[in-house]
Amino acid sequence: MDVLILSRIQFGATIAFHYIYPPLSIGLGILLVLMEGLWLKTGNPLYHQMARFWTKVFALTFAIGVATGIVMEFEFGTNWATYSRFVGDVFGSALAAEGIFAFFLESGFLAVLLFGWDKVGRKLHFFSTCMVALGAHFSAVWIIVANSWMQTPAGYHIVGQGMHARAEITDFWQLVFNPSSMDRLCHAVTAAWCTGAFLVVSVSAWYLLKGKHVEFARKSLKVGLTVALTASLLQAVTGHRSAQGVAKNQPAKLAAFEGLYETTSNAPLVMAGWVDEKNEKVVGLALPGMLSFLAHNDFHAPVTGLKEFKPEDRPPVSASFWFFHGMVGIGFALIGIAALGFLYFHKGTLHERRWLLWLLVFSVLGPQFANQLGWFAAEVGRQPWLVYGVMRTPEGLSAVVKANAVLASLILFTLIYFLLFSVFLYLLNDKIQHGPDDADLIPAGKLALPAKN
Amino acid sequence: MHLDLNTIWFILVGVLLTGYAVLDGFDLGVGALHLFTNKDEERRVMLNSIGPVWDGNEVWLVTGGGALFAAFPNVYATAFSGFYLALMLLLAALIFRAVAIEFRSKRPERWWRQMWDVSFSIGSIVSSLLIGTALGNLAWGVPVDANGEFAGTFLGLLTPYPLLVGVTTLALFMMHGAIYGVMKTEGELHAKLRVWAMRCIIFFVICAVTLTMATLLYVPHLAARVRENPWLFSVALANMLAIANIPREFHHGNDGKAFLSSCATMVTLMALFALNIFPNLIYSLPHPENSLTIYNAASSPKTLGIMLVIAGIGVPVVIAYTVCIYWIFRGKVKLDRMSY
Repeated sequence: MDVLILSRIQFGATIAFHYIYPPLSIGLGILLVLMEGLWLKTGNPLYHQMARFWTKVFALTFAIGVATGIVMEFEFGTNWATYSRFVGDVFGSALAAEGIFAFFLESGFLAVLLFGWDKVGRKLHFFSTCMVALGAHFSAVWIIVANSWMQTPAGYHIVGQGMHARAEITDFWQLVFNPSSMDRLCHAVTAAWCTGAFLVVSVSAWYLLKGKHVEFARKSLKVGLTVALTASLLQAVTGHRSAQGVAKNQPAKLAAFEGLYETTSNAPLVMAGWVDEKNEKVVGLALPGMLSFLAHNDFHAPVTGLKEFKPEDRPPVSASFWFFHGMVGIGFALIGIAALGFLYFHKGTLHERRWLLWLLVFSVLGPQFANQLGWFAAEVGRQPWLVYGVMRTPEGLSAVVKANAVLASLILFTLIYFLLFSVFLYLLNDKIQHGPDDADLIPAGKLALPAKN
Repeated sequence: MHLDLNTIWFILVGVLLTGYAVLDGFDLGVGALHLFTNKDEERRVMLNSIGPVWDGNEVWLVTGGGALFAAFPNVYATAFSGFYLALMLLLAALIFRAVAIEFRSKRPERWWRQMWDVSFSIGSIVSSLLIGTALGNLAWGVPVDANGEFAGTFLGLLTPYPLLVGVTTLALFMMHGAIYGVMKTEGELHAKLRVWAMRCIIFFVICAVTLTMATLLYVPHLAARVRENPWLFSVALANMLAIANIPREFHHGNDGKAFLSSCATMVTLMALFALNIFPNLIYSLPHPENSLTIYNAASSPKTLGIMLVIAGIGVPVVIAYTVCIYWIFRGKVKLDRMSY
């Protein structure tokens, strides 16, 4: 295999694995703030127990997220050195800002969140929890700004010729608020809330099924389902806005998402089906006019088809189609599951409906798969470009790195990540089986003191 | 020396990497010493002495890397793609080290803990050696072609001088970690760490003396820099005084001051290194005209200016809360329910 394929596999695989964890940290971060906040507000020790229990799960996801995140920062330079030279002026700034504004905040206050329970007072601890959650969100901001710049570059100009050409910043705020960054940020952050919330929901539903830690599970479900429903509804809204941005800024990507070859007014939205790439059409069930409406708020607006683009400028169609439709399908299923759970929880009959509890247990996989598919759709749909319309993917490779070196590192990461993932599942299961600590019902140390007002 | 944006960023990247050495240096050192005791409780105390802070310490490397990417993208690209296999090994070592800290005490089984103890320690040792060896290569000079690309091989990076810098770095981190451990522990482990710290100090002094001689004898461009700028001797002198002060303070039981001297040793070493290579970031050998400097490898002045504003806002805040967090976790380690 050549170095291009290997480097793409390695980058894709390492980021896919990494991307299991940050959404959990962001989502659980928000839930920890809610739980601890509810404890401070109500004084109900169950909320304190919840915060303590989920903090331990948070610590586990955070450690793997950090360890696998450093890999990502290094890989731009190791495997995509030419890209790094070309975009360092623009893209590097966003990464550096992420380090200064997000990572320090997150990891610094994590110390207090994890180990400060008995060392600091309630308010300071709560403040630290908030800072960790804020840091996690800041890191999403900067990395999505950087990635969105690759999708919809703005606020830069090209300086120099040939080998020495590179992108330089002309307007920092245009770079930060490039056409897709805020829509994609909202979509990714609400996805992360979903991810954290469905984990809490899943574990709590499982406790209810087993009749263990029932009070704890009920309280957790209440918080979890509320966030899950809110976030999954917001997913639809932010997803819609994001797709409208794609229609406007990356029409080839939208056409690939829907397998639309001919520019069509009254363009159909595919509900189920597949792309027949040979005959350049979609086989399946479609709602006429819906795509035009969703993309441009008008049933009769023309939607650009793939044929408007030279074959070498089109993204892989079937893959983009599947990833996108998979994500959307899961997204709507999650809204349904969260709504049912929420409804029966508030009717007080959720514990009688074991089928629904089982569904909630398995719902934890939904956001994870949707996150991965969504990210794949975004990145595969950007192809063949590395920086949309500016630099093609093969042009970004490191000039001096050989295929066998990349193969070696790919094997290394595959082995390490399989090990990490097995250990992660094992320890997560261990924590869930062990359940919340009864000792956590009684706050100790300075936390036991009531908050001074 | 004219203080332009490029020079300021040279200093800032240096500050970030020095911050990394001073902070992560002690937790890498604690890791390197981890297997010296085989008592489970002592290992837990060692882990928990760095428990709340190692993660934040590592961010200095991440941010240093990010700053290098943003301020000197050509250096980031050349060094990272050129040192490909070495960096992959470093990543593997850092991953094992990080997750081992988190995983180790989650299960009581002996084999489980032993496995992660070994990962933690080997990961720490390998990371220290690799970081030092990379620095050694930058000091010695690496082959760079006319396009600014690395023109050497992986094995070509493992020559005696860079390896000596690697071993010296390990010795320095072990000394730093041992003194930190002495400050954070009590009882039997404290007594053990005192002995190890003394041995580490001796190990480091031997390495430092050897390295100094090797540099003056075998690295002509560094020796020439000192000859042309005699005032550099004052930095070298400060460095030697800092080193000499470590055993002195340690002997008198002033562990905190010994630790500060160890920090000062690192700062002066990094300063010496930086002053010796300036304005080069990657010195090209055997073709010095291909060197990547703070001018030919830098981002545009506009970006350097924007980044300076970001650093100006961010860094003081980071330092403020980092100090507060170290303050919260001051004093001897006590194992409790939340400990690793």
